[in-house]
Amino acid sequence: MTAPLGACDVAVVGGGVVGSAIALGLAERGQRVVVCDEGDRALRAARVNFGLVWVQSKGHGLPAYMRWTRRSADLWPAFAERLKALTGVDVEYRKPGGLVYALGEAGFEEQRQRMLALKAQADIYDTQMIERAALERLMPDVRFGPEVTGASYCPHDGHANPLLVLRALHAGLAALGARHRPDAPVQSMEFVAGGFRLHTAAGILEARRVVLAAGHGTTGLAGQLGLPAPIRAERGQILVTERLRRFITLPASGIRQTEDGTVMIGSSKENTGFDDRTTVAVGGRMAARALRIIPELANARLTRTWGGIRVLTPDNHPVYAESPRHPGAFVAICHSGVTLAAVHANDAAQAIVEGRLPASMEDFHSRRFDVQKAA
Amino acid sequence: MFRKPPEAAGAVTVQVAGRAVKVPAGCSAAAAAMIAGLSSTRTSPVNGEPRAAYCMMGVCFECLLVIDGEASQQGCMVPVREGMRIERQEGPRTL
Repeated sequence: MTAPLGACDVAVVGGGVVGSAIALGLAERGQRVVVCDEGDRALRAARVNFGLVWVQSKGHGLPAYMRWTRRSADLWPAFAERLKALTGVDVEYRKPGGLVYALGEAGFEEQRQRMLALKAQADIYDTQMIERAALERLMPDVRFGPEVTGASYCPHDGHANPLLVLRALHAGLAALGARHRPDAPVQSMEFVAGGFRLHTAAGILEARRVVLAAGHGTTGLAGQLGLPAPIRAERGQILVTERLRRFITLPASGIRQTEDGTVMIGSSKENTGFDDRTTVAVGGRMAARALRIIPELANARLTRTWGGIRVLTPDNHPVYAESPRHPGAFVAICHSGVTLAAVHANDAAQAIVEGRLPASMEDFHSRRFDVQKAA
Repeated sequence: MFRKPPEAAGAVTVQVAGRAVKVPAGCSAAAAAMIAGLSSTRTSPVNGEPRAAYCMMGVCFECLLVIDGEASQQGCMVPVREGMRIERQEGPRTL
């Protein structure tokens, strides 16, 4: 039987923001790329996220992740420009710095300690605590609640419109001649001389290299490669207000105002398996916390709410690894696909073109979850 | 295109964009804006386009109005009252 999907240099399994960013970087480097994606019934973390490009809270316990995240934030301005030039899509990336609000004196001290612990890991960490007065100068149009004592502030943090990021990536792939096939979920893989044969719902695809970046869909295929891919599901819910005049100029963990003026409220964490529904109890708790920070939000109407399932490893840090059994096959499993899109489209794509992961990615190997080795 | 229902009885006077207008009792604020002849009642917070009531049944959110000083009211869902002040909503509201 002939191969209806033909042959390519790299097959990327997963057309979300992680797979698409890697695929874009590969296509920019002259690789013939096919992105095998699932249809609308997939979980699709890339379509439900909050849109932060976030550095300040990343990397506890794994300094390499802190550096990797910072590298991506450093690459983001040029990446956003590149997407605009390639596709005409402005992904609304802004880098005004980001905040984690502190409530009460105890909350301020707790956040300061968290920050110091991260700073002790790596010199590049430069998040600072700012007092309430400085916070008020930073955002003069916001009247903060009486409990707000300050915030941690990281100049590298920013935000983007996550749906436009995904749209731009897909448009960029098309502009570069890469194929995105949302009708081609991969059912199984065969290992053949010089590469891989992927059996997809749309037919067979031959590829010299394979990148698995299918979120929760990665587990089964990674098993075939002899790579442990332990993935944990965690539900996050988001509330969205009507459009308001711009007044919250800095994004924060859990509260950000979009370019269009809606205020997004989020950051719940629940273990509900793949149940991505919303609940009044959690929405109420998120709204209550937001009102302690910015009480005026009580007058804003909520227009939408949704739930999504995060893609997390056991220690919440990414996994990038090449199959020891089948060189040329890679996995990329991570939360924070928007934050990491720039480094995925640059360093990660370059590593796959070169056929080996660089030192900066070594610490992300899934062997860290090997219990016998860790013992 | 729109006709007043025949059973409409009685009238109230409301202020639409600063002008006193007599409208049927029980009609909606969005209907009152139409009776007053406003061809648009708000501008889009995204691109500034003029907009006006579309579905008249609470679904499309095109008829947002400032009613008695409170912004972002769905005009089609709010029945008129004597003396009600109905204003255009220009762009996004301020809290």
